[in-house]
Amino acid sequence: MSTQLSLGRVARAVAAKDLRIEMRSRVVVNQVFPFAGLVMVMFAFALDNDDVLTRVAGGLVWLATLFSLIVIIQRSFAVDTADGALEAQRVAGLDPAGIFVGKALAVMVQLVTLEIMLFVAAVVLYRVQLHADGAVLLVTCVLSATAGLSLVGTLYGGLTAGSRGRETLLPLLMLPVVAPVLIGATRATESAFTSGGAAVSDGWPWVGVLVVFAAVFGLGGILSFGSLIEE
Amino acid sequence: MSIVVDFRDAVVVFNGFPALAEASIEVRRGEIVLLQGPNGAGKTTLLRACAGLLPIVRGEASVLGVDLCVDRQSVRPRVGLLGHANGLFADLTISENVLFWAQMVGAKVAEVASTLQRFGIDGRLAEQKVMQLSAGQKRRCALACLVVRRAELWLLDEPHAGLDATARDEIDAIIREACAAGATVLIASHELERARGLATRSVSVVAGRVVS
Repeated sequence: MSTQLSLGRVARAVAAKDLRIEMRSRVVVNQVFPFAGLVMVMFAFALDNDDVLTRVAGGLVWLATLFSLIVIIQRSFAVDTADGALEAQRVAGLDPAGIFVGKALAVMVQLVTLEIMLFVAAVVLYRVQLHADGAVLLVTCVLSATAGLSLVGTLYGGLTAGSRGRETLLPLLMLPVVAPVLIGATRATESAFTSGGAAVSDGWPWVGVLVVFAAVFGLGGILSFGSLIEE
Repeated sequence: MSIVVDFRDAVVVFNGFPALAEASIEVRRGEIVLLQGPNGAGKTTLLRACAGLLPIVRGEASVLGVDLCVDRQSVRPRVGLLGHANGLFADLTISENVLFWAQMVGAKVAEVASTLQRFGIDGRLAEQKVMQLSAGQKRRCALACLVVRRAELWLLDEPHAGLDATARDEIDAIIREACAAGATVLIASHELERARGLATRSVSVVAGRVVS
């Protein structure tokens, strides 16, 4: 007889499966990473002013991350819906909260990797400077903002996975919701870079906002993902 | 033989339409029951209701002793539904797909290996990505997933669709073997000649009702 699995075990298996699929297909590495890099370069061309670029570097990194998040989430659910695998997981009675957490974890790993690349690009292209105390703030900001983005993205990815026109529906629904992350992460990153005269200490309250945001959507997703992917 | 599926005057409403209208059916353990009927008669709805995917709005329905009117969730780990899609991850190999489901029930790697061997999808084939497989190989992989998941009730919707004669024979052999091992099978099919040869009994589904 089949046995029910704990949330943690389902989450680990789903996250490992999603990351293995990405390692095999390399869609994110070969397509999303270059796309995000191009966005950074295009911003540099469009603004064409070192002072402005240094000032807005944080916002540009997070905008590029948001655009990439849309593609990563769509890909994450496309691999599950293409041959009915998401329904198979539902039929098999896998804990929907485990599926939610697992998919969000896999998205988070991919986003963090992308953000490392984007911040390196910001240092090279936009000539931002980062000091030790700013680095601690930046790492905390990246982790909390990425958690929030991954959780919201997975929640809305599940909501739109079975709907017609999901490619356009996902950004339409998700982008307004992640606006607080964009604002908070941008302000915290500007503080970490001390751009525009900001102090590092100014960034910590924004990190608090990001943590609360991630906690709310994490809990919301765990509680509601099952009904979102039900018929 | 114990009763695995027991529907009495069950009503299922789908998109505002009674797709099952007071349907009654009883299936005992080890049976292979063929559901036959025209398109839109309610065969797929009956299978999905058995899987606990659709709510029973009136009547009585129990699967594997679980009352579906009260709890549709707890029966799900014990049933396997194979519809028009195979439910596989195209970028993963056969063995990775089967291992994913094996993990979910705590099945051992040796069990996976023996299942792959029994289904003829072991060796080098097991390391092929699903996207590179033929339709028959994908079906065998999907059925292997049901086996490692230890599904007690197999709900198969057009299992022969899109397969050549050899692949159909292989699928039939797998279904017979699963029944011999204690599984119960409900098949919806339009391939009546083949499916009748496989089934121990057939029933007709007409306008949402089951006719023996």
